[in-house]
Amino acid sequence: MDFFLQLLVNGISLGFLYSLSALGFVMIFKSSSVLNFAHGELLAIGAFMFLVLSLWANLPIVLAFALTLIGSFTLGFIIERFFLRPLIGEALIQVIMLTLGISYMFKGLLLFVFGGDIHDFPDFLPEGLALKWGAVELPSVYVATFIIGIIFLIIFGFFFKYSSQGIYMRSVADNQPAALSLGVNVRRVFAFSWAIAALVAAMSGIVLGIVKGINVHELSSIGLKVFPVVILGGLDSIGGAILGGLIIGLLETFTGGYVSTSLREIIPFIVLVLILMVRPYGLFGLVEIERV
Amino acid sequence: MRKFQFHPCGNFRETYEEELAIFETDFGRLWLIIGLVLLFGIIPFISSPYLLYILNTIGIYAISAIGLNLLIGYTGQISLGHGAFFGVGAYTAAILSTRLGFPLWAAVPAAGLLTAAVGMVFGIPSLRLKHLYLTIATLAGQFIIEYVFVHWEELTGGAEGITITNPTMFGLDLSNDRTLYFMIFICFTVMTWMAVNLVRTRFGRAFVAIRDNDKAAEGMGIPIFQYKMLSFAISSFYAGFAGGLYTYLTRSITPEPFNFGLSITFIAMIIIGGLGSVTGSVFGAVFIVALNEILSEATVFLMNIGTSTGFAITVAPLREFVFGLAIVLFIIFEPKGLAEVWRIVRSSFKLWPFSY
Repeated sequence: MDFFLQLLVNGISLGFLYSLSALGFVMIFKSSSVLNFAHGELLAIGAFMFLVLSLWANLPIVLAFALTLIGSFTLGFIIERFFLRPLIGEALIQVIMLTLGISYMFKGLLLFVFGGDIHDFPDFLPEGLALKWGAVELPSVYVATFIIGIIFLIIFGFFFKYSSQGIYMRSVADNQPAALSLGVNVRRVFAFSWAIAALVAAMSGIVLGIVKGINVHELSSIGLKVFPVVILGGLDSIGGAILGGLIIGLLETFTGGYVSTSLREIIPFIVLVLILMVRPYGLFGLVEIERV
Repeated sequence: MRKFQFHPCGNFRETYEEELAIFETDFGRLWLIIGLVLLFGIIPFISSPYLLYILNTIGIYAISAIGLNLLIGYTGQISLGHGAFFGVGAYTAAILSTRLGFPLWAAVPAAGLLTAAVGMVFGIPSLRLKHLYLTIATLAGQFIIEYVFVHWEELTGGAEGITITNPTMFGLDLSNDRTLYFMIFICFTVMTWMAVNLVRTRFGRAFVAIRDNDKAAEGMGIPIFQYKMLSFAISSFYAGFAGGLYTYLTRSITPEPFNFGLSITFIAMIIIGGLGSVTGSVFGAVFIVALNEILSEATVFLMNIGTSTGFAITVAPLREFVFGLAIVLFIIFEPKGLAEVWRIVRSSFKLWPFSY
């Protein structure tokens, strides 16, 4: 039973990390229908930016965190402006390959600067955060992850619900021509959604870095793990991304715990195929997929 | 004797046959003959072993890229799993030749056929899914096949892979790069010829119709699903065939090379070469392989210079950067790829000195 509970806790923690990583991805897809294959690299860039600012430049943690968010926000703008804007209206394959090209560029640069080793953040979390119930342990990093994640989810919930920019973004996601005709600046919305997605990605990257250590390969491979998560939850649903992440995380840990450790890596993709065959729009996605 | 045709000074086509002709003029035929003589009569005898190895790699990748272009460029179905399909072909050929003693001429087409079957299995989602959903399904296929390569150890040898020893055919030693060169480029010529002709048949036109507007295509009486499956099958056949040849080129295969990165490399070839163009796929294969070689030469060169400074060792990741940059630049500035550049160059020669 203890083993089961520990797996459950591990699964939820891992799943929450996936949910956080998937958020930025869904945000971009929701507003501009772009599948962002460079998402893993955005996570990595955020984590490394924080590493440089906090550890190498020796800034206070809060300041480094804020600067990282600002930096990645700007990076998102730049990516949209220079790479994706020329491609509005192009075929799917061009857009996918463009994001893949960007991901190779970022990965090359990161490897060039930081190498393929694992870097660690300094220990800045208070020990008191760790939780313990009987035999089940939850290390302080995971508790911190939950807290950071939930704070950001609330902020984004309010942002999308009440701020004008958030409402524009939802309108573009819902119906682009209608939003255009009502005077929404769709280009600015695209730019904003990339910027915000990069910001969310940086935040998730930092959290992932705290939990797993910062490694270019590790973080960029999470960019591909995002696909099962978002398909399961529904490509355009933020709530779905969160639940999808939890389900995939639980599935991975339980497969790893009870079936076989090697199957663990592949089980999300098997689920992905099944979901695509049965319910392609996911658990919470909008049912408007075109049947062939 | 029939009249020779040279470059017309306008568009004088009167029948559909003329529109579909491969060779617009007799110059085209002449160039083809010159090309074939170069390919089979001159290049293999003046090339160094290193260059022969590069050319063999180009030939194999070009076959696979042509197949992928039939799927993506002509039918408009995106597959992110062609690296794995290539691997299925490579493993099939290796297993058939080591376990069952198949010779190359049987093992490679058999590899192609089996891969075609696998490709059709992963094409089944196209019954229900379109566009990015299909793309993601093939992405999952890539990872599942990769997993099988590593974990079905009785068949694939796991991470250690399979080594084939002393391949021969008709008494020829196939571990000789020059003999292999002839094998690969005969296959390459035949496969290219088949692809060029396929796209002018009703199958090829149906593919293009599905790409441009699948609803209209269905309205015109094209059974979409069957044609999509056919396209998946043909495309994976090309990938598996190329994979089978790859086994004979490297003679030792492990799961390592057939990863997601290889799928991306294939797509990069056809994007850079030109979507919907058989010539473009070949250009793309040449470009990517050449780029890779130049970059690794440059890395070695810099490493030799910089042994004292310790700077050059970190240059290696820049290969990934340049690869990504090439993809991005082509998509933004020349989305039709090298095939379009080639067309522009040719027509500016043709129109010289009166280009308008």
